[in-house]
Amino acid sequence: MRNKWLFRAQLIFTLLVCSFLIVPVILSALAGITQNFFLGIKSGITLHWLGEVWQLYSGTIYLSLLIAIWCLIATLAIGVPAAYVLAKQNGKLARFIEEIIVLPIAIPGLAIALALIINYGGFRDFRTSWGFILVGHILYTLPFMLRSVLAVLSSTNFHELEESAASLGASFWQRFFTIILPNAKSGILAGALMVVTLSIGEFNLTWMLHTPETKTLPVGLADSYASMRLEVASAYTLIFFVMIIPLLIAMQKLSQKTNKV
Amino acid sequence: MSPHYPRLFLLILPAAIVFTAFFIIPMTRLIFIGGTGENGWTAYHAIFTNSRYLYSMIATLILSFSVTIISVIISTIVGLFLVRNQFYGRDILISMLTFPLAFPGVVIGFLVILSAGRQGLIGYISKALTGDKWVFAYSIAGLFMGYVYFSIPRVILTVMAAGEKLEPSLEEAAKSLGASPWQVVKDIIIPALKPGLIASSAICFATSMGAFGTAFTLATNIDVLPMTIYTEFTLNANIAGAASLSIVLGLVTWLALYIARSLSGTSVAPAG
Repeated sequence: MRNKWLFRAQLIFTLLVCSFLIVPVILSALAGITQNFFLGIKSGITLHWLGEVWQLYSGTIYLSLLIAIWCLIATLAIGVPAAYVLAKQNGKLARFIEEIIVLPIAIPGLAIALALIINYGGFRDFRTSWGFILVGHILYTLPFMLRSVLAVLSSTNFHELEESAASLGASFWQRFFTIILPNAKSGILAGALMVVTLSIGEFNLTWMLHTPETKTLPVGLADSYASMRLEVASAYTLIFFVMIIPLLIAMQKLSQKTNKV
Repeated sequence: MSPHYPRLFLLILPAAIVFTAFFIIPMTRLIFIGGTGENGWTAYHAIFTNSRYLYSMIATLILSFSVTIISVIISTIVGLFLVRNQFYGRDILISMLTFPLAFPGVVIGFLVILSAGRQGLIGYISKALTGDKWVFAYSIAGLFMGYVYFSIPRVILTVMAAGEKLEPSLEEAAKSLGASPWQVVKDIIIPALKPGLIASSAICFATSMGAFGTAFTLATNIDVLPMTIYTEFTLNANIAGAASLSIVLGLVTWLALYIARSLSGTSVAPAG
């Protein structure tokens, strides 16, 4: 009897916490499709605000996607090989390198952005291109790719597989593409989803690194929060949620699958 | 098979080049630039001597500490409940509780405005109930709400990961020896969760210290440290001051996360 009450009390508490997190999201989504937020949903449903956002800010959406894709390519190209090396080596140097590469997670984006601006702000063409933002995103997301791949590789016996393949005469690159990459697949996939999600939502670095010509989605969001009416800001936020939530669901599905295996 | 060092070196080289050029060199220069202002290296003292910096630092520390304590208490109750019970709808509940993990700070600031702003839901409800319209989005309470919002998902995940490793047999043994539920919580569950709780507290604390987007959107009159750095850099063009404050802030957050990692081995990333 007592257990039942305890269960109910905890369930109610959990539901309250859940609504604290979810109600504002629903509110924001509704505000984005309501004629007039102040009058409420009874004022009618409209796609007008979404259209307005598209007119004003579609450029930011494209730029965010472009940067996210390049960021993914870059973190795959430099992060996966680095993770392989760090999984293979157990020495102090390898752990030290790992420590350095994951530093950008621990240091606030503002500080990293400041360091980038002070050092490279003078190169005007670079400073005003979206490549400047991309560099910041790569620094910030690489640790996630690296850790994700490293964790999966460390839990498999790729050493033995590699050795037996080598004894059968497989070259290094054959081994890398047919043994290492397939074994690290789940880590690469999880890392990739994380990189894209984080890049699309990154603000702390991007706000400092952007120029009026290179506005990303979160920069545009901040802009609309400060200067647009509530409905436009909400519609814009709704578009952001629509972009990011499928990625989050995919990430959760993937982690459930790996936990079960 | 002996390790093929030149090849391993080549494989890690791209990452090494990118990190040296865009992280190690710029961050090292940032440390030195912090000491080049009109006050020289004493710029690093300014955080204690300049009353505005000190006030900002203390406000950020207090805010982050209180956010951490509240978030850890809430998330421990929720996380443990979700790990220890199977029921219909549990998976959806977990999904919804962890979604906000990837929301940027700016968006969370906007959600606070929608909840507790001038046209917010809380104001609407409180007006209907008490006749008073509660608007607190633009005060420290609004910041607090936003920070708790982005902390809860992170802490729940860490608590759940730690909770899954709890030994049910220990609890059974304690119960059969006549321990009360409260004693079980105090003597078995909390000690077993301790590393996870310390880790998630540190993550929560570090994230709150460095959070910029939420404060930026809410534009409160309380200057948290990242906002002070931003103002120094953009409005006052005080590059040395901004650099030294950034380094101090970076050291604080790095230290918190370092402690977390050495105590637990796991890490959920801060973002926002």
